[in-house]
Amino acid sequence: MSEILCITGGRVIDPANHRDETGDLYARDGKIVSSLTEAERDAATVFDATGLVVCPGFVDLHTHLREPGDSHKETIASGTRAAAAGGYTSIVCMPNTKPPADNAGTIQFIKERIERDAVVNVFPTGCLTVGREGKKLAPTGSLKEAGIVAVTDGGHCVQNNEIMRRALEYAAMFGLVVLDHCEDAAMTDKCAMHEGEWSLRLGLRGMSRSAEDIMVTRDVILSAHSGARIHIQQLSSAYSVDVIRRAKERGVPVTAEVTPQHLALTDEALKNYDTHCKTVPPLRAESDRQTLIEALCDGTIDCIATAHAPHTEMEKDREFDYAPFGMNGLETALSICLQTLVETGRCDLSTLIACLTHKPAAVIGLPKGTLSEGADADITVFDPGAEWTVTPEALQSLSHNSPWLGQTLRGKVTATFVNGRNVLGR
Amino acid sequence: MTPSPAWTRKDLIAIEDLSREELDIIFATAESFKSTLGRSVKKLPSLRGVTVVNLFMEPSTRTRLAFEIAATRLSADVISVMGDASSLVKGETLRDTALNIQALSADMIIMRHSAAGAAKYLSEITDMPVINAGDGAHAHPTQALLDAYTLREKFGPDLTGKHVTILGDILFSRVARSNIWCLKKLGAHVTLAGPSTLVPREFENLGVRVCHDLKQALADADAVMLLRIQHERQTSTHFPSLGEYTSMFGLNKRRAAWLKPNAIIMHPGPINRGVELDSDLADSSRSVILDQVTNGIAVRMAVLYLCASTKSLSTAQ
Repeated sequence: MSEILCITGGRVIDPANHRDETGDLYARDGKIVSSLTEAERDAATVFDATGLVVCPGFVDLHTHLREPGDSHKETIASGTRAAAAGGYTSIVCMPNTKPPADNAGTIQFIKERIERDAVVNVFPTGCLTVGREGKKLAPTGSLKEAGIVAVTDGGHCVQNNEIMRRALEYAAMFGLVVLDHCEDAAMTDKCAMHEGEWSLRLGLRGMSRSAEDIMVTRDVILSAHSGARIHIQQLSSAYSVDVIRRAKERGVPVTAEVTPQHLALTDEALKNYDTHCKTVPPLRAESDRQTLIEALCDGTIDCIATAHAPHTEMEKDREFDYAPFGMNGLETALSICLQTLVETGRCDLSTLIACLTHKPAAVIGLPKGTLSEGADADITVFDPGAEWTVTPEALQSLSHNSPWLGQTLRGKVTATFVNGRNVLGR
Repeated sequence: MTPSPAWTRKDLIAIEDLSREELDIIFATAESFKSTLGRSVKKLPSLRGVTVVNLFMEPSTRTRLAFEIAATRLSADVISVMGDASSLVKGETLRDTALNIQALSADMIIMRHSAAGAAKYLSEITDMPVINAGDGAHAHPTQALLDAYTLREKFGPDLTGKHVTILGDILFSRVARSNIWCLKKLGAHVTLAGPSTLVPREFENLGVRVCHDLKQALADADAVMLLRIQHERQTSTHFPSLGEYTSMFGLNKRRAAWLKPNAIIMHPGPINRGVELDSDLADSSRSVILDQVTNGIAVRMAVLYLCASTKSLSTAQ
């Protein structure tokens, strides 16, 4: 007998198909179907979604799973459980593991762990350069054969323009998108936060927006010249938004993501030296935040990505300068986006869900993020009004480095179906 | 002496948090202690039985000595720990170091640290009073307090309307930041001067004037506060050379003539003689640099006494 799922009575929102209505959703053998026979209805597993939102499973283009090498921070098992708790059914993991994913063997190891431990779909990326050192191209072709979906130096930005140009051209030959964390490293050396009034007040070295803007502009130029597709990770500066907007107007194949934290917080969040708010690119000024929100809502920024970067309590519990950059994001993303974008009236629920589903999937060509008939039955069900408190016990991630730790948020995932099976809490 | 009931702080981390009333309590307390400095028997019993740990994770001579002397004058037992001789170089965390000091029954910690925010972090993980003796480029509250105390001695207790120019490496200076807050709270006008790379315009958001023209910056100053050029902290990108700095911004006799006749010259030390300040000015009658050092004892005695009082460590209660 087939496995049949019947999600009833929910508000079904599928932006890819312009669907927003109260109704039922069906799946058979892990695929979305438009109808069921009476016998199938009788045999179906029924999930009552009355009063809840039913939408495609979220897609995250920017997750650090830390395995291999840093499994004290996160593993593929814990990270994918965290993804499921956040409503994510597909995640793209970064290659800054130990060893870095710059060879087919490491990708093979990661894929085996995914096969064994993951509760959601995981798509690995490979390094752009050997050792993420920005000096020599990684074996992109072999990495693709091993199963990567994109190339990136994950947190490192290639500083040498000639190498970046060749890396883009080479990746394009294999149809791979290059993901780039844009940062001029010389301008951010020893810096800990955004350069502005708060860095002056706190006495912390500030990262100028220019460090990001220069590299975003560089990437746009290289993409325009080569025709290769590039995706800018974690856009944080208003000027960079303008660069992306103009590039898109000229038809340059560039896309961009923004994180919930850059949409919700500013550099003022660091005023008490909270290391949970130490991230790179840094939380910027209110004017940047407002521009990012506008750009996401008008489509200049393509999608939301979490940049989920788990670190242990011990690593974050120290002097600000010595704490690592990055925060957890998978489990709080929905709540933060609902509160920042929808509850404030900046965009409607359907626009937000598009930015979490089919739009990120489209960036790297994943057949995900839709409830179209025949699509994988990756479905998220959530209650936009349900409150929950971010505590270590409430989180699935091995790490709890969230700026929202201890806070009560609204918007809670009720079920996460991957191929028609509820994986939440597994 | 009886501590003021208006002082309720366990720690002194930064000037920014202090009220005008709290500043006045510190100055009044310091004044009482200063009057004892000239006695033949200088010790007071106020912190008898109290163990103070001077935890200096960064090199320092005058601040460490001043705190040691201040605590000793109050009859505390003082133990100084240097960063390069502590377990921190073995990889111990600051949390563990602090908890161990607490477990060893110490009563107060005075800490200097290269990381901004380190003193606040320490104050949150220990019950002991924490006195910030400088944290990165963030704050050096007792330096600002002794600077203000010295200005009050020279110009009277009301600094309203006085003009103070801080000249030099503002961007990397905890002294400048603490002085900005302190002087503004006391009603003084603050001008920041120096090269644009070390004195960014964004400081204007803190309610001060930023000026890259030295003549203008000195013209209406009642006091000019010089800062050491911390060439060891900066990359080579912030100014071309010490020679270039001296030729453009060093205070020499010719430039000192731009000051008002009764304007005073201050410096937190250590001075790079011939770089930011010429020797003849440093040693001139206009200089109050050694007064600052002396006042540092009284101000630090006041701070130790007040914070200890909040934690009921003082035997005077």
